[in-house]
Amino acid sequence: MAYFIQVLIDAVALGSLYALVALAIGLVFGVMKLINFAQADYLTVGAYSLVIPTAAATPSMMFGGLPWALMIFCVVLSVTVLALITERVAFRPLRNTDPTTLLISSFAVSYFLQSLIIMFHGGRPKSVSIGAALTRPIDIFGLRVGGVQFLTMTVALLLLIVLVLFLKRTSIGIQLRAAAEDFSMARLLGVAANRVIAIAFAISGILGGVISLLFVIQTGTLDIRMGIMPTVYAFFATVIGGIGSLPGAVLGGYIVGILSVFLQAYLPEEMRPFRDAGVFTIVILILLVRPQGLIVTSAAKERV
Amino acid sequence: MLEVKQMVAGYGRLTALKGVDITVKEGEVVFVVGPNGAGKSTLLKTISGLMTPTAGEIRFQGDRIDGRGPETLCRRGLALIPEGRHIFKTLTVQENLQVGAMIRKDSADVRSDMEMVLDTFPILRERFKGVAGYLSGGEQQQLAIARSILQRPALLMIDEPSLGLAPLVIDQVYDSLRKLNETGLTLLIVEQSTGRVMELASRIYVLRNGKVVLEGDREELTDTSALDAAYFGFSSDAA
Ligand SMILES: Nc1ncnc2c1ncn2[C@@H]1O[C@H](COP(=O)(O)OP(=O)(O)OP(=O)(O)O)[C@@H](O)[C@H]1O
Ligand SMILES: [Mg+2]
Repeated sequence: MAYFIQVLIDAVALGSLYALVALAIGLVFGVMKLINFAQADYLTVGAYSLVIPTAAATPSMMFGGLPWALMIFCVVLSVTVLALITERVAFRPLRNTDPTTLLISSFAVSYFLQSLIIMFHGGRPKSVSIGAALTRPIDIFGLRVGGVQFLTMTVALLLLIVLVLFLKRTSIGIQLRAAAEDFSMARLLGVAANRVIAIAFAISGILGGVISLLFVIQTGTLDIRMGIMPTVYAFFATVIGGIGSLPGAVLGGYIVGILSVFLQAYLPEEMRPFRDAGVFTIVILILLVRPQGLIVTSAAKERV
Repeated sequence: MLEVKQMVAGYGRLTALKGVDITVKEGEVVFVVGPNGAGKSTLLKTISGLMTPTAGEIRFQGDRIDGRGPETLCRRGLALIPEGRHIFKTLTVQENLQVGAMIRKDSADVRSDMEMVLDTFPILRERFKGVAGYLSGGEQQQLAIARSILQRPALLMIDEPSLGLAPLVIDQVYDSLRKLNETGLTLLIVEQSTGRVMELASRIYVLRNGKVVLEGDREELTDTSALDAAYFGFSSDAA
């Protein structure tokens, strides 16, 4: 039972993380019809901003050396600014072209950012330790829970709640949802196109920054490909949730997160390396049954 | 109020409007009718700023507006309900109306307008907190109209208000349009058929293949055979 609850906490933690990344991807897709592969690199850049650019395997700290509140602020701010710059430079000029062009542009941005990291930091993985105190297990109601898992779950859930409240309760949030569903109609009613797109990218950046920190606390390593796996999972989440649907993105995030953790926990030892294959198989099965995803939106079907 | 002069617009190589002139005066109800593919929707998309004309000019209340984006033009008092209504299906009725009123600064007035709109369309009050995607076609049309009224436009353009609606519901929609016009709202309405047009129109344009082939005041067009001839392209002087 105790093991099950630990697994459950892990599952909710990972599920919330994927839900967050999936929301970021879904928001940008909604307002721009862009599947932003560079989302992975926002995560990676956030993580690397913790250390000073050198080729060393155990580099000295940059933002990672700051008091924690300042560290979070600096990392999140850098990634947000980065996301806004990529929007301005690589996506906005292409806004009226077709989705394929945008997609290719996002691949270009992704490779560009990876190359930039390699140029300044070298290509080899590095180890960093931030939040070492958090890795100790903590007691909750007599249960020993990994500190990192608990932190991840709390932060991700909190962020998710804040984001949902923002989208549901504030005027800008409602505009953003309207624009994500039907961009032209939103513009006809006065929603400023450039502003909502910038806000969607800013949210991507904020989420990317926070998630990068959670990942580094968890793994203690920096790797130029570290953003890819969570982002790929989040893409699957948006697809099985029904691309264009924000509730679908959250739902999909939890499905892939929970699947992944439960497979890891309950598969026989020798099959665990195939966990990802297992998750992807289930994703494919879901798509075979519901090709349009679990929650079908009009946004995915038509465009003015 | 609105003057479209020799406007040309299209999609890539396809020219959908080939030099169109249209005038709408304050307080009028102007209809543009024409068969499928005539360019009616293109006309409204271009006036509203969703598309940029490649030649010609558009003036609204005296100012050139061609080339301006829709988010600017709606603040100038131009509203469009596009073909197929385009309500936000995943938002609630209330949120749809809020987005409609978003450009307004006068929050007290917005609240009283909201009440007025909900009195006009009682079904929207009933479904206020419900998701708009679950409304029926007629209810969605009412929501689309209500949402546009909350913008407080000077000119409301509607693309096929009767599309997909039962005759009885069309009656209701036209009834509310008539009432809106009586309160001073100018209307530019696109319809595919000439059936409903006569009861409300001050002036009618017939559009075919991207050109105006006939225009006239209601009084001049009481003989509907000329209208039908232009519509179907029989008329010899229709260029
Ligand atoms: N998005 C688009 N891309 C390319 N061509 C288009 C597009 N929209 C319309 N067209 C073409 O432009 C021409 C005019 O279309 P438009 O939609 O304005 O016609 P319409 O008069 O509104 O017709 P309907 O009564 O069927 O709504 C048609 O030939 C159509 O095929
Ligand atoms: Mg049309």
